[in-house]
Amino acid sequence: MSSNIKSRNSRQNWPENYRLLAEQAIDPRVRGFYQAGCPDPDTPIREVPLLALDFETTGLDAEQHSIVSIGLVPFTLDGIQLGKVWHQVVRPKLPLHQTSITIHGITHTDIDQAPDLEEVLDPLFQHLTGRIPVVHYRNIERPFLSVALQWRLKEHLRFPVIDTMAIEAHLHPDRHPSRWQKLMGKQPTSIRLADSRLRYGLPHYAGHNALIDAIATAELLQAQILHHFSPDTPIGDLWV
Amino acid sequence: MQAELLDIRNHIAQYPPFDDLPEELLERIVSGIEVVYCRAGTQILELGQSNHWLHYIRSGAVEIFRRSGELYNRVGEGEMFGQFGLMMNKKVRFPAKAIEDSLIYKIPDEVFQYLWEQDENFADFVEIEDRSRLRSAVSRREKSNELMMAKVTRLISREPICAPTTVRLQEAARIMTENGVSALLLMDETGERPKLKGIITDRDLRTRAVTHALASETPISEIMTEGLITVSARSFIFEAMLIMLHNNVHHLPVIEGDEVRGVVALSDIVKYESQSSLFLVSNIYQQKHVKGLKKVSKDVRDSFVRMVNEDANSHMVGSAMAGIGRSFSQKLLELGEEELGPPPVPYCFMALGSMARDEQLVVTDQDNAMILDDSFIPEEHDEYFLALAKFVSDGLAECGYTYCTGDIMATNPKWRQPLKVWKQYFTQWIDSPNGETLLNSNIFFDLDGIHGQTELAEQLKTLIAEKASNSQRFLTLLARNALNRTPPLGFFRTFVLEEDGKHQKTFNLKRRGTAPLSDLIRVHALACGARSQNSFERLRDIAKTKLLMEDDASNLRDALEFISIVRIRHQALAIEEGREPDNNVRPEDLSPFERSHLKDAFQVVSNAQKFLRFRYNAGGGRNV
Repeated sequence: MSSNIKSRNSRQNWPENYRLLAEQAIDPRVRGFYQAGCPDPDTPIREVPLLALDFETTGLDAEQHSIVSIGLVPFTLDGIQLGKVWHQVVRPKLPLHQTSITIHGITHTDIDQAPDLEEVLDPLFQHLTGRIPVVHYRNIERPFLSVALQWRLKEHLRFPVIDTMAIEAHLHPDRHPSRWQKLMGKQPTSIRLADSRLRYGLPHYAGHNALIDAIATAELLQAQILHHFSPDTPIGDLWV
Repeated sequence: MQAELLDIRNHIAQYPPFDDLPEELLERIVSGIEVVYCRAGTQILELGQSNHWLHYIRSGAVEIFRRSGELYNRVGEGEMFGQFGLMMNKKVRFPAKAIEDSLIYKIPDEVFQYLWEQDENFADFVEIEDRSRLRSAVSRREKSNELMMAKVTRLISREPICAPTTVRLQEAARIMTENGVSALLLMDETGERPKLKGIITDRDLRTRAVTHALASETPISEIMTEGLITVSARSFIFEAMLIMLHNNVHHLPVIEGDEVRGVVALSDIVKYESQSSLFLVSNIYQQKHVKGLKKVSKDVRDSFVRMVNEDANSHMVGSAMAGIGRSFSQKLLELGEEELGPPPVPYCFMALGSMARDEQLVVTDQDNAMILDDSFIPEEHDEYFLALAKFVSDGLAECGYTYCTGDIMATNPKWRQPLKVWKQYFTQWIDSPNGETLLNSNIFFDLDGIHGQTELAEQLKTLIAEKASNSQRFLTLLARNALNRTPPLGFFRTFVLEEDGKHQKTFNLKRRGTAPLSDLIRVHALACGARSQNSFERLRDIAKTKLLMEDDASNLRDALEFISIVRIRHQALAIEEGREPDNNVRPEDLSPFERSHLKDAFQVVSNAQKFLRFRYNAGGGRNV
């Protein structure tokens, strides 16, 4: 069961990639990130330092929309350290839509006073370096970060992530009922963060912000590993 | 703490002992948390393993075990575990296992130690000795009641008014009128220093002097009351109140050393606190018909609720309710004697069970009996006593004290017998006991003469005190009966948790709490020859004999007080809400404070039962 959460990325030789990319990197932060290295794909997940990461954005398209806030928390399978969380509101390039304001609870005043992402790259890289990011839905954090860095540093940032949503998708291959099943009243299985958590008896978090979602994602991964994999599962079987 | 972590802070801040913590400490906790997910079945803490975390359950459920592997507790959302080891040597003392998938917030030892040192409530909550936690809960409650804390001397507003025993009736009345007092202390002045000898009250002047048209020159010593009931100047007001209720006296001389400091009247206490139970008692005595008594009985429940709302302790409430019940019985006996004429031979009317123990509440049936003088001849006299017993029993039923379902009432010929037969009963119960009959006669070992020749009841108490302590077999069987009912282990969510891990929806606070306690206290009290009846007084007597360690006796006292007061409050609440009060409690009706301290109290009861089994060789316990 643990062998098929796959994408093009999973087959890459990430430790080797990091070594090559470190040589090409110009910005010292990016170089530092690669130089810290990437664990071998055979490394048991329990030994890997992880970083749950969540962005709130103005939309879903990294080319058109911008990051509004970043929440992250370092963790391992043994524990999620709330003393080391980091949350940062940043000023997006484009104006906020009315709808996203209500979702994120971030106001125009917050935005106006917020720094540009470039100003907070130092702490961001400090957190990222030496850790494998964990996200729920891989098509947000990695592409948005990549585009943002291309704009500001003219550099790419490439790394593997663990995607808790991909894991749920893999666990529920038949989540979309057939027409016949729909007729019989079968509901689709939701793999959204809040719904996935329910399946593991994880509590509902009332608040909605990048930090709480990052924590929620970290908890979800702990639960997924203990229910469907093992602390000894190689990291290479999980990352995408 | 990040504002975005508010969700986590708010969760913790809902539950004791975190709910009283200042913001700064809450933030410190949140910032220290490490979150970990545990699958059902995971052994979270192993015995003896080192542990540096306090574990707080955000979701799920965990079972805590004793060293022996026995279930100790089951805890759920908002509860914690792992604190015992943190206070000792950082080694796990109570192993813990997840029984549901659980999300645990681990709080580091440094933060725990800081909270333990900085916050008194928090320290009280986690203290390793559940018993000391119970103690502080009980004493904190008692401190909030004015009557409990104020000394009786506060009620003395003047020097005592005294006269020598040699004064005449008219002179005594004149002194009382001039000084505006309702009681006059009479001093024996023949010795070196005057000595308190007797008392005469307004009521005595009316009932003894005026109704019998005594000459004004009658020596006061002929009609004064001797053998005075007094109160020490060091006593609390509530103790004075208990003495008045128990003995049906309305004036208490206050004694310091061998000096009289003053007199406290019932009206002083009523004025001091709107403590209507005493008022109710005096009202009962003024009634002239059963109808009037029935009307007054409507106030009993109000009086009960008022005492509870004024934070009276269980001893006060129990004594007040017993005092009221006793007054109804006494007044009914007076009315019965008026109607049927004076008794053909002397007799004593006995209260049994909770009334005799001064532990009565509002939901109660009547348990009583009659001891007749040995000159009793059934053919000649029993018609009278049956009629009197029936008059009292029916009257009590009118006043809300339902007939005893076990037929333990003076109307039953078996329980209306001359002293010699009663002595045979008790001798048989004690000398050749049988588990079954003892179970039914248990109630007779709490007895109190409340009317007539109370001396007869005292003779029975003496017989019991002398015989019981020497009969091992009797004590063994009595102990075995006392083990029939056990307390629950604790609570889990909306359930009562039993020792075998099973769940119940409700439980009976009397059957599973106060009754097992008073049962086991009775066994010890009989074993050490104590004559006291009230469980708190019995505990004091037991502690003097070293049968129980001083500390164990105090723990039992705290447990009894706490369980009783929860039971009392549960009934008061039902009355206020217009429901019929009972003893059945659902865990969801209990506050978190009550739940956690009840659990501690149950633990005390359970340990005391274990000791009882061992001490009296009472064997395997239930169903024996």
